[in-house]
Amino acid sequence: MLLNRKDKPMSLITANNLSKTYAKGELKVEALKSLNFEIEPASFISFVGPSGSGKTTLLNLIGCLDKPTSGTLTVDGTDVSSLNTRMAAAFRGREIGFIFQDFNLIPVLTVYENVGYPLLMVQNTPAAERKKRIDALLEAVGMADKKDKYPDQISGGQKQRVAVARALVTNPKLVLADEPTANLDHKTAYMVIDIMKKMKNELGTTFIFSTHDQKIVGEAEIIYSLEDGELTK
Amino acid sequence: MFNICKIAVRNLMRYKRRTLLTGSLVAIGVVFVLVFISVSGSFKNMMIGQITDSFLGHIQIHKKGYVASLDSLPLTMNLNQKALGKVEKAISETPEIEAYSKRIKFGGMFSNFVETTNVRLNGVYPEDEFKTVPLFLSRIKEGEKAIKPGEILVPELLAKGMKVKVGATVVVIATNRDGSVNGKQFKVGGILESVSGPGGRDGYVHIDDAAEILRMDTPEISEIAIRLKGFDKLHSAFDGLKDKLGTVLNKQGKPAFEVHTWEKLSPFYNIARMIDVMTFFIKLMLIAIVLVSIMNVMVTAVYERIREIGTIAAIGTPPGKIVAMFLIEGFSLGLFGAVVGDILGVVVIFILNAAELTFDFGRQKGLILSPSVSLQDILTISIIVIIISVLASLQPAYKASRMNPIDALRHV
Repeated sequence: MLLNRKDKPMSLITANNLSKTYAKGELKVEALKSLNFEIEPASFISFVGPSGSGKTTLLNLIGCLDKPTSGTLTVDGTDVSSLNTRMAAAFRGREIGFIFQDFNLIPVLTVYENVGYPLLMVQNTPAAERKKRIDALLEAVGMADKKDKYPDQISGGQKQRVAVARALVTNPKLVLADEPTANLDHKTAYMVIDIMKKMKNELGTTFIFSTHDQKIVGEAEIIYSLEDGELTK
Repeated sequence: MFNICKIAVRNLMRYKRRTLLTGSLVAIGVVFVLVFISVSGSFKNMMIGQITDSFLGHIQIHKKGYVASLDSLPLTMNLNQKALGKVEKAISETPEIEAYSKRIKFGGMFSNFVETTNVRLNGVYPEDEFKTVPLFLSRIKEGEKAIKPGEILVPELLAKGMKVKVGATVVVIATNRDGSVNGKQFKVGGILESVSGPGGRDGYVHIDDAAEILRMDTPEISEIAIRLKGFDKLHSAFDGLKDKLGTVLNKQGKPAFEVHTWEKLSPFYNIARMIDVMTFFIKLMLIAIVLVSIMNVMVTAVYERIREIGTIAAIGTPPGKIVAMFLIEGFSLGLFGAVVGDILGVVVIFILNAAELTFDFGRQKGLILSPSVSLQDILTISIIVIIISVLASLQPAYKASRMNPIDALRHV
């Protein structure tokens, strides 16, 4: 059964003076400037801001895909800046789910296999447990009847629902979604957001998504605004 | 592992045409190598068989220094009965030996009463000779397939040049080891087909006739030709004989005998070596074909799937599994090419056998090519192809596993 973490008391994410600077030759670009914030478990949070404000950079840091230039970032009690490549991959596989703007489903795998991929290739979950989790999530996102289809046989909204199921199948504490609705029409976008909220409520998973779609922003419980790498709210 | 294989195979099937083309290229390479190995191997084995089974034997034993003086066929370097006894004892203690034949080799003059020319002759015990070189009888083109006392088997070129036929009377004159000349009249018992290599154009007489013409009270043996129970026992038998006879010293304290395999006695060995070298280079070409084609496909595959690699890396796929995915893709491609190539290669070899192609070698005409390939060769070639396919995938696979997920996900 999927684990419920609603009662988790500590902060899930803590950022202290978190900075990220990119060097382009002699030019240095400060993507994030001394951010300080805490995110509680089972939150539904949106980082908003214009393009280039640092949303994706922040999500990359939280998702252990990148390392901060300075400051500390703790995710579920782990200082993620200290993880090497292999440890970071293992941490992501264990603790974090990802939802991408372009869905990024694996084209040679069916819907069922795409959802099951993290369990199979990352967590080596036994077959019976795997089947139980995949079936439950496909049911939850309304894709059970499409489980044998390949990604090129389903619509964009359906793909993103599959991506949501894939992100949740490992029962992560945190799901990061970078512009998850950018390639969806409004109706489908709201449907996907609804599914994410439903999953958050059912599973106690923290959802953090970046967006600059104002209609979607309204669905978040907490909204952080980023501008030129600084938190303005 | 099964799931990694499944993903790898599906990725190959995703680009069917490219996979088919690359697999076909590898398969064609395998077919060429198998056909070359089978044809050249057939030629090589046939020639070695012809040489060893027609006149040379697998191993020969002489008195030390005889082979270096072979052109002059020195009677002073024959083995006396005492030395012969030691050699026969060593032979009897070597279980790999099937048969052996004692020969007196000598040169003389061959006359048809009109013309006279040089001739090289072997005096042999017929039964021993036929057991040691079983193809000998098939070389007798005309006349009875035997070596009878008082008869001579004349090499075909000599017979043609001297215009002698089966049943004709000829005279052989030879000088014995003391320098005195003796002659003996023979009836031509048969015409002997020539074969390539030294000794392939010698005439044959019964050993008693040879001893008589050379005025030997007991035959003094120039050469002992040995046939083994199997060609694969060549080196073990050689080593055994060398060990046993190497300890026998002459009056000067030096080894009394010399033991040679056919390889040291026939120039065809160098041709066989050349064939082996050519086979090696053909295999190298196959390796190059496989390496270039598989690496090309795998580099393209990685480039085309950068976003996918970024995705699977982001969701936590360990780098080792990403490497494994691409290595198995290369492995599967190599396996496909090897299996298809093996099947086609065997079919082509079967067709070549059915066609009964003939070839000439020296004066030997109409030798039927019978190419064959061993399971070991097929397995070796297949394993080479598969290993090279995996090696060719290493760099692209490593590159994929080391890809920064952020850069990969950003890739358009």
